[in-house]
Amino acid sequence: MRQDAPQPIVELKEVEKRYGDGPLILDRVGFTAERGDFITLIGPSGCGKSTILKLISGLSQITSGRIVVDGLDPAGAVEKLAFVFQEPTLLPWHTVARNVELPLRLHGADAASRAEAARRSLALVGLADRTDYYPRQLSGGQKMRVSIARALTVAPKILLLDEPFGALDEMTRDHLNEELLAIRQQLAWTAFFVTHSVAEAVFLSNRIFVMSANPGRIHTEVRVDLPYPRTEETRQSPSYQKLVGDVSKTLRSVERLKP
Amino acid sequence: MSAAKPGPRLPRAIRNMMPVLTGVGMILIWYAICLSMSAEQRFLLPAPHEVARAFFEKGSALWNAALNTGLGALLGFGSAVVLSFVMALVLSLSPLVRASLYPYLMILQMTPIIVMAPILILWVGPGLKSVTIITFLICFFPMVVNTTQGLISTDRNLVDFFRMCRATKLQEVFLLRVPAALPYFFAGLRIAGTLATIGAIVGDVFAGNSAGGQGGLGFLTIIYSAQFQIGALFATAAVSCLLGFIFVAGVIALSWLGLHKWHDSFSQSEN
Repeated sequence: MRQDAPQPIVELKEVEKRYGDGPLILDRVGFTAERGDFITLIGPSGCGKSTILKLISGLSQITSGRIVVDGLDPAGAVEKLAFVFQEPTLLPWHTVARNVELPLRLHGADAASRAEAARRSLALVGLADRTDYYPRQLSGGQKMRVSIARALTVAPKILLLDEPFGALDEMTRDHLNEELLAIRQQLAWTAFFVTHSVAEAVFLSNRIFVMSANPGRIHTEVRVDLPYPRTEETRQSPSYQKLVGDVSKTLRSVERLKP
Repeated sequence: MSAAKPGPRLPRAIRNMMPVLTGVGMILIWYAICLSMSAEQRFLLPAPHEVARAFFEKGSALWNAALNTGLGALLGFGSAVVLSFVMALVLSLSPLVRASLYPYLMILQMTPIIVMAPILILWVGPGLKSVTIITFLICFFPMVVNTTQGLISTDRNLVDFFRMCRATKLQEVFLLRVPAALPYFFAGLRIAGTLATIGAIVGDVFAGNSAGGQGGLGFLTIIYSAQFQIGALFATAAVSCLLGFIFVAGVIALSWLGLHKWHDSFSQSEN
C-alpha cells in the first residue's frame, strides 16, 4: 500500500494471551519486525512460541494488547501470510500438484493460474518431477517440501513456520534449511520460525528471540550478523559456532528460570 | 509391509491349484458320507449330483427368486447408503442434533430389526416394500455410525490449515471432511454390503409376498423345507451365497475405486 512510509511488517504491543480462565500464556510480549527479517522464536516447551505464530496468523485471538500485520489487524491480513505446520498436513487423497494448488482453489482461482503457480512453487523446492505422486509415496523431507511449496503458492509476504523440520533427521534438516534460505533469496518474505534447535535458529535467522516460560515472555533478543547467503561453510565458521554457544547458554539460563 | 508368514512361500501354480484340489476333495468326502448313510438317513444329505439336478430343475424359480431378493437387497442397501450419508452429515455438523439423536440411533441399532416385520406388513403390506425397508434398517445404522465417526475425526491440523486458507464451511465439509471420512464410509459400506443380502432373505422369510412369482430366496427356503426338497434347499443356499458374494465383491470394487490410489488399506508401494 503506502510504500513511502517504511512501516514495520509485523508489530506486537503488550500482547497478552490466555485460554479461557487458564494461566497466562503470553505476558506483555512486544516486538517490531522489519520487512525481510528472519525471526526465530526459541525457548522451553510452554513458553508460547507457537502461540505467537497463531496470533499473527489470526488462527487464535489475543486477550489484550495489539497486533498489526502489514498495517492491518491479523484477521484482515490473512491473504498476506502462509503457515507451515509441524506436520506436512497434506491431503492424502490429492496428488502433490493438487495439494500445492489447494490454497488457490479455496480462494477460487481458475485452473490455469493454479496449475502455473503450483508448477512454479514445486520447482522452487526441487520437486517439479513429483507432481503426480501421492503423499504416501514421498519421504518425510519431500512431504515437508511440498508443504512449503503449498505455502508459497499464495505469494505470501509473511511466512510462519512452526517447527517444520522437527521430525526430520539432521542431514535432511540441514539441507532444507539451506533450501529455505535460497528460496527466501528469490522471494523476499518475512519469516517467523519456531524451533527447538539452536543450530537451526542461528543458521536461519537474523534475529533470535529467546523466550522464557510460565508465563511466556521474550527474555533476550540475539542479533545474528552472519552474512547471507549462508551455506555449509557458515556452519564451520568460528563466529557461527560462538553464536550457537552463546544462544545455548542463554537458553539454559532461561530453562533454569522454570519454577 | 506384509507381515512375515510362517512356513515356506508356495509357488504360484501350487497356490492357485490348492483351492481347486480342496474343492474336489470335499466333494469326494461328501460322496463318501452319502454312500455310508443308511437308506433311512439318505434324505438328510443329498449327493452333489442331486443338488446339481435340483439346480437345473428349479432353475427358473431360483433365478426369479434371486432377482427378487437381489432387487430388495439393492434398493434397501442403496437407500441406506444415500440416507445414512445425509444423516451422518447432519449429525457431524450439529453437536446439538448429535447429542439428541445418537442414543436413539444406538438403541435402534441394537434392536433385532426382524421384530419390525409384522409392523411393516401392517403398514406397507408384505412384499418388496417390506423387504426393502427391513434391508434398509439393517444396513442404515452401521453406515451412519461409521460415516459420522469419520466426519468428526478429521485431522485437527488439516482443519486449521483450511481455516488459515479462509475456506468456507462448505469447502471445509466437501473438500476436507467428506474425503477424509471415505475410509470410514467404506468400512461401513462393507458391513452393510454383507448385511444387505442377509437382510433381504430374512426379510423375505418374515414379510415376503409369495403371490405371482414375487417370492425371494427366503420364500423358496420355506417352500422347499415344507416339501422336504433337500436338494433344492441346498441349491437355494448356494444361490444365496452367490448373491451375497456378488454384493460384497461390488462393495470391495467400489472401495478400491475410492481408496486404492491414496489410502494405506490398498497399499502396495509404487516407489
